[in-house]
Amino acid sequence: MIAFVIYKFIVCVIVFGLSLGVAAYSTWWERKFASFLQDRVGPDRAGPFGLLQPLADGGKMFFKEEIIPNVSNRFLFILGPSLFMVTALMTGSVIPWGKAWTTSSGAVYSFQITDLNIGVLYLFGVVSIGVYGIMIGGWASNNKFALLGAIRASSQMISYEIAMGISVIALIITSGGTLSIKEIIEMQDAGVANVVWQPLGFLIFFICALAETNRAPFDLPECESELVGGYHTEYSSMKLGLFLFAEYINMFISSAIMAGFYFGGYNFPWAHEIYQGIGLAEGSGWITIIGFTVYFVKICMFISVFMWIRWTLPRFRYDQLMHLGWKILLPLSLLNLGITVVVEYFRGHITF
Amino acid sequence: MLGYTITQWLFGILSFLAIMFALMVVFSRNPVNSVLYLVLTFFCIAGHYLLMNAQFLAIVHIVVYAGAIMVLFLFVIMLMNLNEEGEPQRSWMTKLIAGVAGGMLLFVLVGTLKGTEQLGLATYGSSQIGTVKNLGMVLFRDFLFPFEIASVLLLAAMVGAIMIGKKEIK
Repeated sequence: MIAFVIYKFIVCVIVFGLSLGVAAYSTWWERKFASFLQDRVGPDRAGPFGLLQPLADGGKMFFKEEIIPNVSNRFLFILGPSLFMVTALMTGSVIPWGKAWTTSSGAVYSFQITDLNIGVLYLFGVVSIGVYGIMIGGWASNNKFALLGAIRASSQMISYEIAMGISVIALIITSGGTLSIKEIIEMQDAGVANVVWQPLGFLIFFICALAETNRAPFDLPECESELVGGYHTEYSSMKLGLFLFAEYINMFISSAIMAGFYFGGYNFPWAHEIYQGIGLAEGSGWITIIGFTVYFVKICMFISVFMWIRWTLPRFRYDQLMHLGWKILLPLSLLNLGITVVVEYFRGHITF
Repeated sequence: MLGYTITQWLFGILSFLAIMFALMVVFSRNPVNSVLYLVLTFFCIAGHYLLMNAQFLAIVHIVVYAGAIMVLFLFVIMLMNLNEEGEPQRSWMTKLIAGVAGGMLLFVLVGTLKGTEQLGLATYGSSQIGTVKNLGMVLFRDFLFPFEIASVLLLAAMVGAIMIGKKEIK
């Protein structure tokens, strides 16, 4: 029992540190990537290649003066960013980061905090609670721009959750009707990556993920030209930092989900042949590490695509955003669901 | 612990929290706080579903009620910007009538519940009863017809709401 608690505690600490570390270095990579696209140098003063820049930014955030508007609701003002951060960190707990490691004595250690049999629904539940963080923060600021930004953010997130949910239903049918994320990833070990069967579903999921994380070209909630700073206009110091940081964690987790759901997660083509070729038995710890590395590379590619899009595409108008969400993505995802059902019937995954 | 199992302890704590938050919904002066307390109440009820082995129902309860419906409530309340100063003052007559009506409702509820027999917590069946697979089997095999009727009802309600929401009907 004690050993189990210690092992789960270590996995929790690793996932927690990983989320925070990747989020911190995403900010560095975002600036480097932007500077590359805009033909300039980018951050290069703090450490080699500016690698210590996230630490400097974090330190700056902590030491800035903290201002709480005295007309606002103090408790809710603090609750907003905290809730947003907590929900962002909670999503990492159901994602399997690597294959399970079987020790010589036969004990199995999976690289996942918990394997819920309703893991996909858990993700949606946590994401839908994350909306409250933005709404509470925006309202408690007692500022019209913040309120407008909060309402934009939450209506955008709710609208795109629907198309996202329906594209995930199609994915679940393709993976044989399981809601456990581990099983969805394991299914792709034996066959091909789900993106082969769900190209349209992946596209819809990707666009919705951009909108869910409030990333460009859907970053209307914090659109400077219209709303000053959006829902975090009144925030300063580390509370602003929490809002910005949670956005990068959300980006990391949604990249992990896309890589896991559609691109096989820790699996890669001819994995078993390669493992046999270098003499690794099933359940070896090295397979866990190689699988995790492969998964991590996939995640980094997705994060880079997120950034590439941000520095390439202009921002949508708000009515265009709603038009895309309700009148294009929702019917497309329903069509995708219909096609999936027919295809899966002929592949034999659906029986009556 | 004091002769109770962990399930009974959890049930007691969750019930206490649910009732406390439900009371806070009514007693808090600020409508936004009321909505947030209602969300907490929903979380406690989702906890009850988990205790009854209905994992799917618990998570759907959170996604649908806390994650979608209450967000819309919060929208409306935030945009209307209700506050204590703008609250209409009711006369003592209205308060008296409201008190009597509420008291009678409570009386009826207590009277009804007194006659029912108490359900034991152990009678909820196996731990697999509430999984998505079993629930889907029951819904789409044994109760397919009522399920479809309910979905048509929801669709009709949705169309009706859109019709009412339209400014002019062509």
